[in-house]
Amino acid sequence: MCLGIPGKVIEINTKEQWAIIDCMGVKNKVYTPLVTEQIAPGDFLMAHAGYAIGKIDVEEAEETLKLLEEISRNA
Amino acid sequence: MLDFSNAHLGRLFLPKLIDLARKATDQLGRPLVLMEVCGTHTVAISRSGLRSLLADHMELRSGPGCPVCVSDQSDIDRIIALARLPGVIMATFGDMVRVPGTGSSLEKERALGARVEVCYSPREALSLACNSPDKEIIFLGVGFETTMPAIALTIAEAERQGLNNFTVLSIHKRVPPAMKVLLDDPELRIDGLILPGHVCTITGRKVFDFISSKYRIPAVIAGFEPADIMQAIYLLLEQIARGEARTTIGYTRLVHENGNEKARMIIDEFFEPVDAPWRGFGPIPGSGMALRAIRRQFDAARKFPVEIPPSSPPEGCACGQVLRGKCKPGDCPLFGEACTPSAPVGPCMVSSEGACAAYYRYE
Repeated sequence: MCLGIPGKVIEINTKEQWAIIDCMGVKNKVYTPLVTEQIAPGDFLMAHAGYAIGKIDVEEAEETLKLLEEISRNA
Repeated sequence: MLDFSNAHLGRLFLPKLIDLARKATDQLGRPLVLMEVCGTHTVAISRSGLRSLLADHMELRSGPGCPVCVSDQSDIDRIIALARLPGVIMATFGDMVRVPGTGSSLEKERALGARVEVCYSPREALSLACNSPDKEIIFLGVGFETTMPAIALTIAEAERQGLNNFTVLSIHKRVPPAMKVLLDDPELRIDGLILPGHVCTITGRKVFDFISSKYRIPAVIAGFEPADIMQAIYLLLEQIARGEARTTIGYTRLVHENGNEKARMIIDEFFEPVDAPWRGFGPIPGSGMALRAIRRQFDAARKFPVEIPPSSPPEGCACGQVLRGKCKPGDCPLFGEACTPSAPVGPCMVSSEGACAAYYRYE
């Protein structure tokens, strides 16, 4: 029930507060009033029940993966 | 997007996780038990194979993580009674349709002529209300903190459009009060908690601090990809091996210390905490969310008062015990025999995120 769908923003309507996100080729319209940060095409949003619940911080995502890779490599 | 389900990374990471599990087990002096309290995690852990891959080193036990499953039998019976009212279209997330009440389900009522529409978003229910002005649309507000803002904003939109044939039956549940009841159980012994990443996207980290500060149990907020879950387990094991207990964020790309404050303001504008019954737990103070009195015209419970006969959970069903983490799905005498996903007896076997359904499919 708390399933989130991450997607890349490909279209934005700031006046009506929605965006079209692309999730692995599937396009979804999501409403964006819950996201207070600025949204630009190319950003990633997490969608739930038709609403974006947050913006995904790509730098943090890279950090996490880097950390996991480091742990994996350490003897 | 970055690849958090990368199998290569998983294969390299798993041995490190197992090494650390040995250290943590030594520190504890007994077998490790970690618990996930989110249905989406339950499915992700089972489907990725992590539960069985790690079974020799730790038990990954499921808790009260699925809002459909924790809905009380009396709420299911109320939903069924509402669906029977003439002129009503019941709009719901798909998982609710097959949940058995005392004697019926929405699926059975639909076969008998009731209108039940499955929606992915509550906004679809709003479109139904616009397009069917002669019908009453009742949307089933089921879900945790993650889902409440979407439903609150949909009510706001109904208000803006002046719709008078759209209401919500709010049986939303708040996670923190249930966690307290869960952890107060002296019979339950768990060594670490995997916390729900999308609930925490809304609530933030702080509201869960009591898990480590009061109960001395390490807790990590986790995302939903295999790498996220392995990372969360690793972070928990590090704490256990060091004898520490903190509540930390593993899912840093989405979860912030204070969560989504705007979303919480919107929830607060529309809903207020009330005592609510949970399957397996009984009533939990302040764990439900009812529509505020000023939004009463959108409250299905006020607009359509229905009498429901005394409810009783299915006979022999151990869903309540499974939800409290007291037994595993396979311990239920009905599991896989009298109760299967095609002929479910209890909600944990119905919901796609129910522990019984996930164990039946993947374990």
